Amino acid sequence: MKNSWIVAKRDLGSFFNSPIFYVVTTVFLILYSFIFINILNFFSMQSMQSGQFQQMGMGLNINEMVIEPSFQNMAVVLLLIIPIITMRSFAEEKKSKTFRLLLSSPVHLKEIVFGKFLACMIVVTLMILLSSYSVGFLFFISEPDIGPVLTGYLGILLMAGCYVSVGVFASSLTENQIVAAVITFGFSLFMWVIGWGAQTADSTTGQVLQYLSIIEHLDRFLKGIIETSDIAYYLSFIIFGLFLCHRALDSNRWR
Amino acid sequence: MIEVENLTRYYESRRAINNLSFQIEKGEVVGFLGPNGAGKSTTMNIISCILPASSGTVKINGFDTFEQSLEIRKIIGYLPETPPLYPDMTVAKYLDFAAGVRGVAAKKIPASVERVIDKCSLKDVGHRIIGRLSKGYQQRVGLAQAMVHDPEILILDEPTVGLDPIQIIEIRKLIQELAAEHTIILSSHILPEITQICKRVIIINEGEIAAVDSLGGLTASLRKSERLSLTVRKSEDTIIKKLNSMDQVLSVSSEEENQFFIECALRSNLQEDIAKLALENHWGIIELKPVSMTLEDIFLKLTLEEKEPAA
Repeated sequence: MKNSWIVAKRDLGSFFNSPIFYVVTTVFLILYSFIFINILNFFSMQSMQSGQFQQMGMGLNINEMVIEPSFQNMAVVLLLIIPIITMRSFAEEKKSKTFRLLLSSPVHLKEIVFGKFLACMIVVTLMILLSSYSVGFLFFISEPDIGPVLTGYLGILLMAGCYVSVGVFASSLTENQIVAAVITFGFSLFMWVIGWGAQTADSTTGQVLQYLSIIEHLDRFLKGIIETSDIAYYLSFIIFGLFLCHRALDSNRWR
Repeated sequence: MIEVENLTRYYESRRAINNLSFQIEKGEVVGFLGPNGAGKSTTMNIISCILPASSGTVKINGFDTFEQSLEIRKIIGYLPETPPLYPDMTVAKYLDFAAGVRGVAAKKIPASVERVIDKCSLKDVGHRIIGRLSKGYQQRVGLAQAMVHDPEILILDEPTVGLDPIQIIEIRKLIQELAAEHTIILSSHILPEITQICKRVIIINEGEIAAVDSLGGLTASLRKSERLSLTVRKSEDTIIKKLNSMDQVLSVSSEEENQFFIECALRSNLQEDIAKLALENHWGIIELKPVSMTLEDIFLKLTLEEKEPAA
């Protein structure tokens, strides 16, 4: 664990010393904020209208109509952004031959893999934290339910963990950062849309496809429900990705 | 103590090294000599636990590089051919990191980093970004990184490649200082470098050991004649004839008009006689010097002799 932290600390330093972190975070915040403002505007417009027609106001709920769609959209933006954060992890180390320092050090390979994952997760968490001004603002102007907000953040973090785990694995496969980013994006998107196959497949296959979908498990978190099967899905997804990454790096040494 | 036994390594189907066996005692300074692609780096990578061997074993102080690699990595400092430097870090931060991953206890890191900064004369550049340093300084940072945890064994893969002559001399001096406290394995394809630093040489060619010997022994055993180079102002046809007529001169050849290479018998000390001859004949002697054996010569000798079993 100590060794993982040493590896993660160096990666974080290089994130904050390079423009990547600042550019990516800025793009993320602009995109997310624009979407959030639009959702909020739409909600306030509806509230205005419902002031005129009493019966319309019944279904208005800031949690359901602002926070939930914001989180869903954040999940999309993260899908675009995270491959850029994870692409460097191993690809750059391999390209610049610095990976040999880690390999010749008394550090387990799994500690290195976890350190890389940890560094990316910290960056992503920081980005999500910065974006939380939006939801925080709602608490000043309204009275949203805090429960679904907290579980929503938990769900988003777990889902981001899956993207990061795919990204770190993809980065271990190649020396080329672009290739790593494309693989990460493609695979994450695939795991997102895999549930769509459920509509045409027979019921058993459909259920399996639905269960495999990365976004399917987020919905319940956003509604304030923590279900063990969702947490199990995300954690096993993350661990499996890191396991594959470990295997890929190890087998590389034999070739 | 390093024991290498029947070490073989394949990349895909290409065999990089074949059946290498040698031993290195504690405190020794050993040179790996060989042309590019001979398998020097592969051997060093296996000893420093970065690559597994396809077959054969490496044992260091009784630990196996495959089974107990973590123990070995603690006592090895490795400087690969391309120093593993993060160009966006400052020297001090990088060495902090290197000390951390190489297993120096957190409390001892500042002292360790200070020690190597001192040893590698990096004081003036401690706060500078590695990517902006000259190649010579970068190499020194690479060296500092390899010894930050005060390892028993230093493995240096072509530490002077790509440096200018002054930098080469500095790095060499540094390695010579280190030789007092560490077991050092050094690879190079430059002979003088090895002659200056190493007591023993392992010559690798096409993945196999061509010779293991002390350098003096190697040159002596391969050498059946001494070679002198003579440069004169005049160029006459008679010069070759006159030199040839001397006792103990085996052959005379000339590449340029006024430069002659004289092969003579071992320990014949012909310099004085040749100089006298040149003066008497008014050749206008400019230079007369012994030519030492180059790496190329040794290689040619070794590889050719292997093909002629009788010799």
